[in-house]
Amino acid sequence: MAAPSKQKTRWHIAVFLAPAVLVYTAVMIYPLFNTLRLSLYSEIDQERIWVGLQNFRTLFGDAIWSDQFWNALANNGWFFLIHMLVQNPIGIALAAILSSPRLRFSAFYRSAIFIPTILSFVIVGFAWKLILSPIWGIAPGMLDAIGLKFLYQPWLGKEEYALTTLSLVSVWQYVGIPMMLIYAALLSIPDEILEAGECDGITGMAAFWKIKLPLILPSIGIISVLTFVANFNAFDLIYAAQGALAGPDFSTDILGTFMYRTFFGFQLQLGDPHMGSAIASAMFGIILIGVCIYLFGIQRRLRNYQF
Amino acid sequence: MKTNTLKGVLLATTLLGATAATAQQAELTIESWRNDDLAIWQDKIIPAFEAEHPDIKVKFTPSAPAEYNAVLNSKLDAGSAGDIITCRPFDASLALYEAGHLADLSGMEGMSNFSDVAKSGWSTDDGGATYCVPMASVIHGFIYNKDAFEEVGVAVPQTEEEFFAVLEAFKQDGNYIPMAMGTNDQWEAATMGYNNIGPNYWKGEEGRNALIAGNQKLTDEGWVAPYRQLAKWGDYMGDGYEAQTYPDSQNIFTLGRAAIYPAGSWEISGFNAQADFEMGAFNPPVQSAGDTCYISDHTDIGIGMNAATDSSEAAKTFLNWVASSEFSTIFANALPGFFPLSNAAVELEDPLAQEFISWRDTCESSIRSTYQILSRGTPNLENETWNASVAVIKGDESPEDAGKRLQDGLASWYAPQQ
Repeated sequence: MAAPSKQKTRWHIAVFLAPAVLVYTAVMIYPLFNTLRLSLYSEIDQERIWVGLQNFRTLFGDAIWSDQFWNALANNGWFFLIHMLVQNPIGIALAAILSSPRLRFSAFYRSAIFIPTILSFVIVGFAWKLILSPIWGIAPGMLDAIGLKFLYQPWLGKEEYALTTLSLVSVWQYVGIPMMLIYAALLSIPDEILEAGECDGITGMAAFWKIKLPLILPSIGIISVLTFVANFNAFDLIYAAQGALAGPDFSTDILGTFMYRTFFGFQLQLGDPHMGSAIASAMFGIILIGVCIYLFGIQRRLRNYQF
Repeated sequence: MKTNTLKGVLLATTLLGATAATAQQAELTIESWRNDDLAIWQDKIIPAFEAEHPDIKVKFTPSAPAEYNAVLNSKLDAGSAGDIITCRPFDASLALYEAGHLADLSGMEGMSNFSDVAKSGWSTDDGGATYCVPMASVIHGFIYNKDAFEEVGVAVPQTEEEFFAVLEAFKQDGNYIPMAMGTNDQWEAATMGYNNIGPNYWKGEEGRNALIAGNQKLTDEGWVAPYRQLAKWGDYMGDGYEAQTYPDSQNIFTLGRAAIYPAGSWEISGFNAQADFEMGAFNPPVQSAGDTCYISDHTDIGIGMNAATDSSEAAKTFLNWVASSEFSTIFANALPGFFPLSNAAVELEDPLAQEFISWRDTCESSIRSTYQILSRGTPNLENETWNASVAVIKGDESPEDAGKRLQDGLASWYAPQQ
């Protein structure tokens, strides 16, 4: 028998990893850490100086900043809640219906529901603004046609409705993503299991609740995390529909728009990259905490079924 | 260190490039955000200048308005910016001057053609140095549909009372939306609302300077009264005005569906092209007949010199020409609605523009109250004014509360108000 040879340095691993690592470092890791670093500085008399945690003290301690921050965070929370309560259940229901073998034209429905996801948020924001517009929109006319004109409100212009309306527009746009993921998960459930269930008398709705749903729980968990990260990073739709001041009266202001306004400035407000970075760092922290809660609190408890 | 070296290299390359060009003929490059005006500069303004000064070549190189400040800042830092810089008013340009990017032009002969108000947008806080030649201003007022006024049989209002009587008449008549404005985009409420009618109440420059000096407060009658007026506007705006955007308002008016449009003069060219009815304009109504009227004649565009330019003589020649009445006449007629700021008399051809500029003779000019100095801190007074004006129009906040909120915000960082 040959003597155990000394392990060779496996260079090919490094070589194959290098492109991805380099690109990821240049476009993700470096900017992330540079943003975290920037939040510890401030500019005084044209010079950048180290101020430690002063920016965060201002952000959380000074009412001018903290009121805006908590308002944005609360709005973000509501934005997320609507997605969790509306987008994901609808996505799961659509997937369940689509995966039914008796449904005709399912490929057509699947594409039709998924298409808004690939539209630009600018188009979505603009199109919905027009649909809901009190002046040119079709919403007042359609409600009038079925005798429900009294229900019409200039939703995007009212503080109490604007954020919910925009959340629902976002749900409309992105409902295709949970639908597709759940659809894929449902298709991967082997027929043997369902047939075994049928032998035991579990059919129809009961099969969905008792067999399919427990089996797709890990996918639902992943979707929840993706929704969480996407919602707390959201910016585009609000900016496209309501502008950087996130009107009316900051009722649609979320962390993304608050950060944008602070970092780049707005109208006469000059940009402050350091306070902006502090907000971005806080956003990073919030998302990190949320993802950690999921990873350590939930995902570890999920059972993996081996087929 | 690294960036400094890079800057040095960039600077050296531009210097080399520039000296090669100056050997025969001076070439000036203009930085601007007015890419809408590219054709006017190339076809009218630059040929007129080059005809007089054949030894100087001028190139107009605009960038997109939203990116202009960022692009300009990085070009200046890298030393690759043009010789002539179009200046935003107030703090954005002041920051450039303080960073040494804009040259002090106070001593230039052309500067004597401008009043202090005109120069205020591009002067240091104490007025000691002026670093950009004032180029154009925009005037606020109300544009109205003449046909609609005739149809309903109302006259152009002079006073506050007549103004609301006209609005009421249109509301009773029901064929026209009395006033085309929405609150969705927020800035119209402040810019075309509060700062449009406000100068009549705080007495223009007198009140504005007193506010900067700390002798008046935003809770004083002069500053709260405009909010009381705005609070009454909501009744006369179209259905669902809360979600009406700025382009919506423009379209409603030019389609002939509204009677009165609270305006800035920059609308003139667009409205002339869109509307097929006759339009007129009136200045913000005064409180009672015979009062002095005040208008917002806001400094909007200036033009200055890059302190690092190699052809400063040529640049000064050009800037002096911009300060002359010849330039003013070309510019004002090519762009009706952007009015030259120089004291020299200018002939305007557009009747609507003539109407706007005629108020300079009858009324006192002022600029928007929030632009000079007062929007430097956090909370930002301009943004807060947008918010407060909308809240007052919608009836969510009383005029007194709005004034108090703004005053508290201003006093939190502005020493003269503490």
